[in-house]
Amino acid sequence: MDPTFLKQQLLMNIILMGAMLLGAVATVMLRQLVKAAIALAFTSVVLCIVMFKLNAPWAAVFELSVCAGLITVVFISAVSLVKPATEEERAAHIRFKTRRYFLLPLVLLLVGVGMSYLTGQPLPLPAAESAGTELRSLLWGSRSLDLLGQVLVLLAGVWGVVVLFKEEK
Amino acid sequence: MNLISLVMPFGVFVALMAAVGLYCLIVTRDMLRVILALEVITKAVTLLLIVGGLVSGHMALAQALVITLIVIEVVVIVVAAGIVIAVYKHTGTLDIRRLRNLKG
Repeated sequence: MDPTFLKQQLLMNIILMGAMLLGAVATVMLRQLVKAAIALAFTSVVLCIVMFKLNAPWAAVFELSVCAGLITVVFISAVSLVKPATEEERAAHIRFKTRRYFLLPLVLLLVGVGMSYLTGQPLPLPAAESAGTELRSLLWGSRSLDLLGQVLVLLAGVWGVVVLFKEEK
Repeated sequence: MNLISLVMPFGVFVALMAAVGLYCLIVTRDMLRVILALEVITKAVTLLLIVGGLVSGHMALAQALVITLIVIEVVVIVVAAGIVIAVYKHTGTLDIRRLRNLKG
């Protein structure tokens, strides 16, 4: 492949991953939970773009519709059922945040430097790269038991929510 | 520069995102923020699966696993949010330190 093209792709990947990391940090640091949920949706959208770039369109569509859409709706619904924080709680949260999160930049620096060193080593690749089976035949052929498991998991989730919100008679 | 050097930064950023989620999971006391931290970690794992599929050449398998992961993630998040709301209705707070009913 053309080295200039690869360098451009590398730069684009780093910009996208930086945006994703910023979204993740905003998700855990923002005081208001609604804004945190929106930051999480932003992270999902950027992850979806990265997946499209990495030639995984089916997973990207699922990520965009389910993670960026449905989960954000679930979070905002959950936040709307909770009372907004009082002034006192807000002040306590800011104090708590500065006290507890001051180590986060240091942790990120250490992990970043450590992983840069580790990923700088040659990566062991499989001897022969398979072309990759088509997703549809793989899902419905060799991974059909997974699909049955997913259906059961979804049913369990629905049943769980029904049990949680059961009204007393 | 080859394909491998192109996917190297992903390893670093996956580790950074997982670190952000784990750090939040350790220090937070808000139950909804615990779910958000779990979500951030899941995003890192999702990306790791896709990058693994790209590097090994088994992209279809990686996508199938990611779709399974997303389905399980949604169910976990929905049930966890339901539990948080039920606990909030019961205790009137989202502070995880108040959940000491089962403390021996």
